[in-house]
Amino acid sequence: MATEEMEQLVRRDYKEGFVTDIESDTLPPGLDENTIAFISNKKGEPEWMLEWRLEAFRQWQKMKEPSWAHLNYPPIDYQSISYFSAPKRPEDRPQSLDEVDPKLLETYEKLGIPLHERAALAGVAVDAVFDSVSVATTFKKQLAEAGVIFCSISEAIRDYPELVKQYLGTVVPQNDNYFAALNSAVFTDGSFVFVPEGVTCPMELSTYFRINAANTGQFERTLIICESRAQVSYLEGCTAPMRDENQLHAAVVELVALDDAYIKYSTVQNWYPGDEDGKGGIYNFVTKRGECRGARSRISWTQVETGSAITWKYPSCVLRGKDSIGEFYSVAVTNGRQQADTGTKMIHIGEGTRSYIVAKGISAGKSDQSYRGLVKIGPRAKGARNFTQCDSLLIGDKSGAHTFPYQEIGNSTAKVEHEATTSKIGEDQLFYCQSRGITEEDAVSMIVNGFCKDVFQELPMEFAVEAEALLNVTLEGAVG
Amino acid sequence: MLEVNDLHVTVEGTEILKGLSLTINAGEVHALMGPNGAGKSTLSAVIAGKDGYEVTQGSITFKGQDVLEMEIEERAQAGLLLGFQYPVEIPGVKNIYLLKAALNAQRAARGEDELPAPEFMKLVKEKLGLMKMDASFLQRAVNEGFSGGEKKRNEILQMLVLQPKLAMLDEIDSGLDIDAMKVVADGVNSLRAEDRAILLVTHYQRLLDYIVPDKVHVLVDGRIVKTGDAELAKELEANGYEGIEESAA
Repeated sequence: MATEEMEQLVRRDYKEGFVTDIESDTLPPGLDENTIAFISNKKGEPEWMLEWRLEAFRQWQKMKEPSWAHLNYPPIDYQSISYFSAPKRPEDRPQSLDEVDPKLLETYEKLGIPLHERAALAGVAVDAVFDSVSVATTFKKQLAEAGVIFCSISEAIRDYPELVKQYLGTVVPQNDNYFAALNSAVFTDGSFVFVPEGVTCPMELSTYFRINAANTGQFERTLIICESRAQVSYLEGCTAPMRDENQLHAAVVELVALDDAYIKYSTVQNWYPGDEDGKGGIYNFVTKRGECRGARSRISWTQVETGSAITWKYPSCVLRGKDSIGEFYSVAVTNGRQQADTGTKMIHIGEGTRSYIVAKGISAGKSDQSYRGLVKIGPRAKGARNFTQCDSLLIGDKSGAHTFPYQEIGNSTAKVEHEATTSKIGEDQLFYCQSRGITEEDAVSMIVNGFCKDVFQELPMEFAVEAEALLNVTLEGAVG
Repeated sequence: MLEVNDLHVTVEGTEILKGLSLTINAGEVHALMGPNGAGKSTLSAVIAGKDGYEVTQGSITFKGQDVLEMEIEERAQAGLLLGFQYPVEIPGVKNIYLLKAALNAQRAARGEDELPAPEFMKLVKEKLGLMKMDASFLQRAVNEGFSGGEKKRNEILQMLVLQPKLAMLDEIDSGLDIDAMKVVADGVNSLRAEDRAILLVTHYQRLLDYIVPDKVHVLVDGRIVKTGDAELAKELEANGYEGIEESAA
C-alpha cells in the first residue's frame, strides 16, 4: 500500500515537473524521476517509453556501482551531472580555432583531417557542418529503397514503436548492470538500424552520416536488428579525438541477429584522454552485447580503443542459435595515464556454437590495461568451441598489462583454447629497424602495427587506414 | 672511407675492444677473423650504434663524419649497414613493407623522392632472383618462421636493395649449408664495387673461399694482432689462432 502511494506521489511530482520545466532547454544537475520525465517529454516519447525508463531508474537506485574492475578513479557524483542539455548555443562555444587547445589541433593536423571538419570536431561554432545533411539525405533514400531503417533511436521510438518495443532491452535488460540501468533511464540519443529479412544493407552504415551525429549524447543507446538472412556492417565512432564537456559516458548497444543474419560492428573510439595528468578525460562505461538469436547467425565486434581516461567495456555475444558464431577483435592502446579494463564475454548456449577472440593490448607511458574475458559454455552447448588469443605489448617500463581470463565450461564436449602472451617491445626489433635507416618513431609504429595486424584486417578498409594513423599519433613519444 | 682509431669499448664493465685500429678504403673487402670472444661482433655492433656498448676511448669516422655522434638511423642513411648474425623476427610486418620503409627512409635522407611502386617492385624482384628467393618471401612477416638460411639470404637481399657504402656482415656464414653459402656469397660478391667497401666478420675461413677478401685482420683479445691478404686466412685455417697469437707475441 505504502509503495503504491509513493508511486502516485512520485508520478504527480514528475507531471508537475515537466509542466514547469518545459520552457527550459537544459536541466540543472541532479537525477530523480522528474529528470527522466523531462527527458522523455523533450523527446516526445509515448507513455510506455517513460514507464520503461522509470522502471530502469528504480532498479538503478537499488544497485551498487561495480568496483571489481582494475580501475582507479574518484567516486562519481551522479547528482552533480546534468542529464539533459540542448546543444550549446553558438555564443557559448569557442568562436574560432584560436580558442581551442592547440594540442588537439596538432593531432587533427597529424591525422590529416580537413580544416573545415576540425572546427566542427573541436566544437567551434560553425554555421555549416560540412554537408553531412545532404549526404545523409542521399543515403537515406538509397536505404529506404532497400527497406533498411536507419535513424536516431528517438525517431525510431516515435516512428517505429512496435519494433522498438519488441527488441529494446531484450539483449541488455534494464537491470543488467549499474551503468546499463543508468543508461536505460536517461539515454538521450543513439542509432536505430533495422534490416528486414533477406536484405543485405547496400552500404556500410556509419554514425558519421547520421544527421544527429554532431550531438551524440553522453548516454547513447543503439539498437541494431537483422532479420533472417539480413546483413549489415555498422561503423561507430571517428578517429578524430572528440572533445566533450561530459565526463561520464555510459552507452548501451544491443544487437539482434536472427537466422543466418550477420552483423559486423566496428568501433574506433578516440575520446579525449585528458591532459598529461589525465585531467578532463572521458570516463567511458559501455555495455555492448549482441545476441545471435537465430540459427547460423553471426555477430562480429571489431574495436580499436585509443581514447578516454577510463575505459570499461566488454562487447559480448550471446550465442543462442544453433551453430551461431561470435567474434571479437580488439586493439586497445593506452598511453599517458589512461586506464582500460576491457575484453569480451562469449556466452555459448546453443549447440555447435563457435566463438573467436583476438585481443591485442598495448600499454605505453604510465598507463594500465587489463584484458578481462569470459567464455561460458552452457550445458546444452554441445560441441561448442572457443579460441582466444590475447597478446599484450608493453612499451617502456612504467606501463602495466594484466589478463583476467574466466572460463565456465558446462558441457564436456566443448573445446576451449586460450593463448596469451605478454612482450615488451623488443629493443632488438627497434635496433633492427633503425639500423636499416628507419627512425625510432617509425620503427615503433611499424612494430606496433604489425602486432595489431590480425585485428586491423578485420576493419573495413578506410577505417583500417585511419586506425593505423591513429595508433601512430597515440603512441607518439611513447619511447625515448 | 672508414677509420677506426684506437677504439676501446666496454660492455657491462668489461673491456672488450682494447685499442682497435682499422682503415677500410672504398672498393675493398676486409675480413675480420678471430677466436670466439675476441670482440669481432662488438666492432660491427658499435659501428652500427647498438645500445649497451660504451666507447671509452678512440674514434670512428666514416667519410670524415664522426660516427659516434650519429643516431642509429643516421648511420644507416649515411650508408653504413649491418647484416645481422641473428636477425630478429617482427611479427605482422611484411618483409616488403620493411624493405620499402627502409629504402624510402634512406632516399628521404638523401633528399630523393620515394621510389614509385612499380620501380620498387622491379628492383626487389630482380634482387630476389639473385638470392634465389621466392616472391612469397615478400609477403611473409620479417624473419618470422624463416629457417637460418632464409634469414641470412634475407639480410643480403636487404643489402642488395639498400645498396650501402659499407656493408658489414656479421657471421653471415653461420648455420648455412654449402648451397646456401654459395647463394649468400654470390649475393655479397655482386655487391663488390669501386665505391663500396665490405667488412666480413667470420670465424671460419670457409666463407673466404667464396668471397675472396683484399685484406684479412686477425682480432685477438680486443686488438688486431695481424693483417695480411687472403693467404693469411688459409694460414689461420692450417695453424689455428693460437699459432698467430704466438707469432704476434
